[in-house]
Amino acid sequence: MNNKKLVSYSKYGYIFAIPFVIAFLIFTLYPIVYTFIIGFTDLKGAGNTELHFLTNDIFKNFVDVLTAKSFHTAITNTVRIWIVNFIPQLGFALLFTAWFTDRRTKLKGQGIFKILFYLPNIITAATIGILFNALFGYPKGPINDIIQFFGASEPYPFITKQSWVRGIIAFIQFWMWYGYTMVNLIAGVIGINPEIFEAAELDGASKSQTFFLVTIPCIRPIMVYVLITSLIGGLNMFDIPQVFISTDCNNAGLTTNMYIRNQAFAGSYIYCRAAAASVIMFIIILILCLLLLYFMRDKDEAKLAKIRRQERKAAAARV
Amino acid sequence: MNETKLHKESVVFKVIEYIVCVFFSFLSIAPFLVMFINATRSTSEIQQHAISLISEHPFINLAKNWKVFTTKDFHPEVGFKNSFIISTCSTLLTLYFSALTAYSIKAYEWKLKKVLNGLIMGIMMVPGTITMIGFYQMVYKVGMTNKLSMLIIPAIANPMMVYFMKQYLEGSLSLSIVESARIDGASEFRTFNQIVLPLMKPAIATQAIFAYVGSWNNLFMPLILLTDKSKQTLPIVVSLLRGDIYRTEFGSIYLGLSITVLPLIVVYIFLSKYIVEGVALGGTKG
Repeated sequence: MNNKKLVSYSKYGYIFAIPFVIAFLIFTLYPIVYTFIIGFTDLKGAGNTELHFLTNDIFKNFVDVLTAKSFHTAITNTVRIWIVNFIPQLGFALLFTAWFTDRRTKLKGQGIFKILFYLPNIITAATIGILFNALFGYPKGPINDIIQFFGASEPYPFITKQSWVRGIIAFIQFWMWYGYTMVNLIAGVIGINPEIFEAAELDGASKSQTFFLVTIPCIRPIMVYVLITSLIGGLNMFDIPQVFISTDCNNAGLTTNMYIRNQAFAGSYIYCRAAAASVIMFIIILILCLLLLYFMRDKDEAKLAKIRRQERKAAAARV
Repeated sequence: MNETKLHKESVVFKVIEYIVCVFFSFLSIAPFLVMFINATRSTSEIQQHAISLISEHPFINLAKNWKVFTTKDFHPEVGFKNSFIISTCSTLLTLYFSALTAYSIKAYEWKLKKVLNGLIMGIMMVPGTITMIGFYQMVYKVGMTNKLSMLIIPAIANPMMVYFMKQYLEGSLSLSIVESARIDGASEFRTFNQIVLPLMKPAIATQAIFAYVGSWNNLFMPLILLTDKSKQTLPIVVSLLRGDIYRTEFGSIYLGLSITVLPLIVVYIFLSKYIVEGVALGGTKG
């Protein structure tokens, strides 16, 4: 009877999922497949849509991208900027999480702090990129005013020095995202059963012991989520460097997404090479995500699963 | 004795915590403060001192800075209008259909459900920009570049949001409510619209904010798809401020940036509580 009921309603499952599936097939899956295919053709030129598959050297686009010096620059920039921004981002997010969720010293005004820390995250990235470009202006800009006030004899050309450009972009990324990471981590801590903390307190655990040995292991799933989203976002970085870097230092802040866009749309219209670069980035991101998931997996749970498997095997062998 | 020492230590600790927090709060505000103040100063004032308090004639300068725009083809109102249309429509679509899809997975037993579920989990990891070249070619082929709808309709399929909604439904929807609605003779569609959707309000509210902010701030896709001046979104209009034509008009650059930031800050002041708590809701579900 119950079973029959399920069957009679199952068609609504299909009906309700159809809009999603159709939109997904047209706007996500088809473009993915199409991008892969274009990577094996010689599609270039504005407005050209005719595909000709490469015949003698099918991986030509991929080889071109992988041997291009500007792609190497783009990829090292992207990774460098991501690492330089992410380590302090996670560090400070964890520090503030520890402070704001500490049960013993309740920090007053937390609400205001949280709201202010999160503020940069909601502002249009393009706006922030241009704003920082103006703030670091040379020879006249607020930052140069400040360093001269503190004794620097000459203004410093921040926006044309390669390492400063990368450093500033990394700082902007940090500044925009530590609040987001913090709020996510706090949410994870709030979700932990308070009895665990009470038990830790009763056992005489210190503040730092509680945080490192109880809190962090408990918020592991959220850490994985934060790491993965940050990894994907970081390797897709576009807005800030696109509007921040000035024309005087072309490649200092070139990221892979900017490389892809430049190949496809900025003058040369080499769609096939841009598509190949997209596919390469896709593979890199996929590998990094899988590695991350592997290293962040719940080791105890994995061990347990292994033991269970062995037991099952042993039982099967006995039969 | 020991107790007072411990107390002292914790006071020192607390002072350090406050100093760091106040410093970071200042860091969050300072760039915007400089921006708003410089919007009310003339370019020559800014060139003398890039940091200062409000100018002596803020309104005169404001008008002067604004006047520059009329000669430079800067149209924030066009950007606002287009961004508003895209963000509003795509947010509504993405919320409704994500909730509907999540409900179809949660409430019904159907054969391909597992496939869809797996697909959603797998695709969640694929960043949208990877598909950009194929997407552009497809849109170009059917002659739909410069159509705002191409930035709106794809929002129907948002795997990340379906995942969030599904997680939320797992915790909050009991199927007995659905059952009793059926007994009362409500159609499946009506049950979803009038019973399930209201139940999902907290999840929808927070996801709405994220979807809206994400769409509003997106530069990558619109920059590629929308080349027509009358179709540009706000981030594209903002990015024009960087161009050489403004090289020496510092006051106007700051004013242009302020115009694009001000509405966001006003909305944030009203919604900040929900946003900060809302991330929390999204976060626990992640």
